[in-house]
Amino acid sequence: MELTSLIAVAIPYAAIAIFLIGFSYRIVRWSLSPVPFRIPTVCGQQKSLPWIKAGYLESPWTRMGVVARMALEILLFRSLFRNTRAELRQGPKLSYLESKFLWLGALAFHWSFLVILLRHLRFFLEPVPAFVGAIEAADGFFQVSLPVLYLTDVVILVALGYLLARRIWNAQARYISLPSDYLALALLIGLAGTGVIMRYFTRVDVIAAKQFALGLATFSPVAPENLGVMFYAHLFTLSALIAYLPFSKLVHMGGVFLSPTRNLANDNRARRHVNPWNYPVKVHTYQEWEDEFREKIAAAGLPLERQ
Amino acid sequence: MRDRGWIYSGLGLFLILVTYPFWQNLRAGVTSKGPDLRRPAEAKQCVMPVSYMRTSHMDLLASWRENAVRDGVRTFQSADGQTYNVSLSGTCITQCHASKEEFCDRCHNYASVSNYCWDCHVDPRQAHGSAR
Repeated sequence: MELTSLIAVAIPYAAIAIFLIGFSYRIVRWSLSPVPFRIPTVCGQQKSLPWIKAGYLESPWTRMGVVARMALEILLFRSLFRNTRAELRQGPKLSYLESKFLWLGALAFHWSFLVILLRHLRFFLEPVPAFVGAIEAADGFFQVSLPVLYLTDVVILVALGYLLARRIWNAQARYISLPSDYLALALLIGLAGTGVIMRYFTRVDVIAAKQFALGLATFSPVAPENLGVMFYAHLFTLSALIAYLPFSKLVHMGGVFLSPTRNLANDNRARRHVNPWNYPVKVHTYQEWEDEFREKIAAAGLPLERQ
Repeated sequence: MRDRGWIYSGLGLFLILVTYPFWQNLRAGVTSKGPDLRRPAEAKQCVMPVSYMRTSHMDLLASWRENAVRDGVRTFQSADGQTYNVSLSGTCITQCHASKEEFCDRCHNYASVSNYCWDCHVDPRQAHGSAR
């Protein structure tokens, strides 16, 4: 097999297959985990007596409340917004300060990545849906340079740069950073970087790129010629990323929906949750015991609960 | 325990969305055949090599715009020594490519690349009919 068709055809298909199967496997495995009790972590007043004001979003007790809390978490990362940092001030005084940059960087990266992903649909669909064009128009609103500079391309590189710099320069973050943390960032920076270089600097034959993408999407792939090394680098980084995704911390894209500390209603007091696989224990109550030995207890002159 | 229905519905929806390009293209019978251009009738040689024009024609057009508007330079000498009058409507469209719809737009629509050339320039074919 030629190297071009290996990188352009075999590896992308293998990566997609690994992603679809691996991701489904992870989710199904999680779905089989028992969740017998409600274990939400909350920062609001639990629903109790009617005259005590309960936190509907912070400590939801209805399904709608849980959906609203999950949506805010997934779309706006509220738990990251509450991030704090501890600092020793004036000798032994420990102060907790607000720390919003991680939240800002994470939000900027995730939303840019989503917009970029949706923008790429123009290569995989023919005709291109109108909403893709609308996203492109909004993203390139300022019409800087030619081809038009997309704001998300700048934002994603700045955000990823910050997220990497944070792991390197922040002593605490560096201490807990694992090689896999850097690998995920490196793949994302490589992916965004090769895309930006291809679009703004080395240039690429966009029509040929789309023909290749449509070939992949219609199962009649043709390895492209003359698309340049940057295109292959972009494609290979993407393949590596999506193949790596099910094995990495990046499955949080599915896992965030399955966090039992987030997606359960805080209704432990309102409703009784019986562990569904409780072993049916054979019990012998005091009533039954008393009935069994009634005469003997009475003969011994001991008090009976029920005469 | 009672949430498996929700989880599998969500997973199914995600898989459908992720594979949308595959089954949408198969359903619509899309092929990887590119756009069909109307090629220039007489001219056999563009001002620059075709491979350059395919990837970087916007750089050329932008530099022409820069030169014409800022410096008043309205001629361009190609590599083979020919001199062209720099004019999108007057030279490119009128003398070679004949039609914006059948040349520019075919690829630009195919790749969903909007251009703002025609915010200012006129398509000579359309100029007669409409007031704009």
